[in-house]
Amino acid sequence: MKTATHWLDAIWLLLLLGTGYTWWLGESGHAGAGAVTAILAVALVKGVAVIREFMALRGVRLLWQGAVIGWLMVVLAVNLAAYWKGI
Amino acid sequence: MHAVADSIELSFPSSRRNPPGDVAMWVFILAELTVFGLLFMIYGVARMKHVALFNAMQLTLDRSAGAVNTVLLVTASWCVARAVASIREEASVASARWLAAGILAGLGFLAVKVGEYAAKFDAGINLDTNLFYMFYLSLTFFHFMHVILGLVILAYVWRKTRRGGYTAADHHGMETGASYWHMVDLVWIVLFPLVYVMR
Repeated sequence: MKTATHWLDAIWLLLLLGTGYTWWLGESGHAGAGAVTAILAVALVKGVAVIREFMALRGVRLLWQGAVIGWLMVVLAVNLAAYWKGI
Repeated sequence: MHAVADSIELSFPSSRRNPPGDVAMWVFILAELTVFGLLFMIYGVARMKHVALFNAMQLTLDRSAGAVNTVLLVTASWCVARAVASIREEASVASARWLAAGILAGLGFLAVKVGEYAAKFDAGINLDTNLFYMFYLSLTFFHFMHVILGLVILAYVWRKTRRGGYTAADHHGMETGASYWHMVDLVWIVLFPLVYVMR
């Protein structure tokens, strides 16, 4: 059980690191397609980590996992596509 | 790595095929995500049509406050996940403490957000200011209301946990409440980069 709680701690640290990186990209004035792709990729990694580990969807029917991870991917992909089109 | 993953797998009921908690809550979560997803996609299209306005207005947001709020929400989510892990070990006192910590982090989120709103309203900004602020205020306030509902649910779960209402064998209600809270966190994980950072 200790391993499970350590795993949750590791996920939390990953989320903090991702948040810090996203904040740094914004604060340091990074903009453009490369920065936006990185920002959305970090959001995808953070989102999947929350869905699988905190929401504990890892190990449940793929339909449930797919519905939530699919939601995340569609939302981020539409925003990335809209960004590219708007450049 | 496989050994670690296998041992972690042991902490979850291996026979579980449905998500943790009540399936009805998961239907509600999917409905909520659908609404937020539509709003986020409409935001992206609106931004595409008014790039200059959105980029200029985004610079007037307090990005650090947004980042602090992200830290508070992911921390709250972590605390709630640890609370569920604790109750699975029959450690209800520790579980209640983790829940209390999660609630405090959630209240911190609300305090920071109220500060942000106060600064904007003091500057004369409202829903009519422009399209960007219409989206910013609508999206963040809609999420704000979900944080409040999430905290009410967590407070109920915390109270019941303190009274010994959950055990390792029966903590379905805690998992249901935790799932809703993680949804609130997930939505903010998308909202923060879209509205505060992406330019």
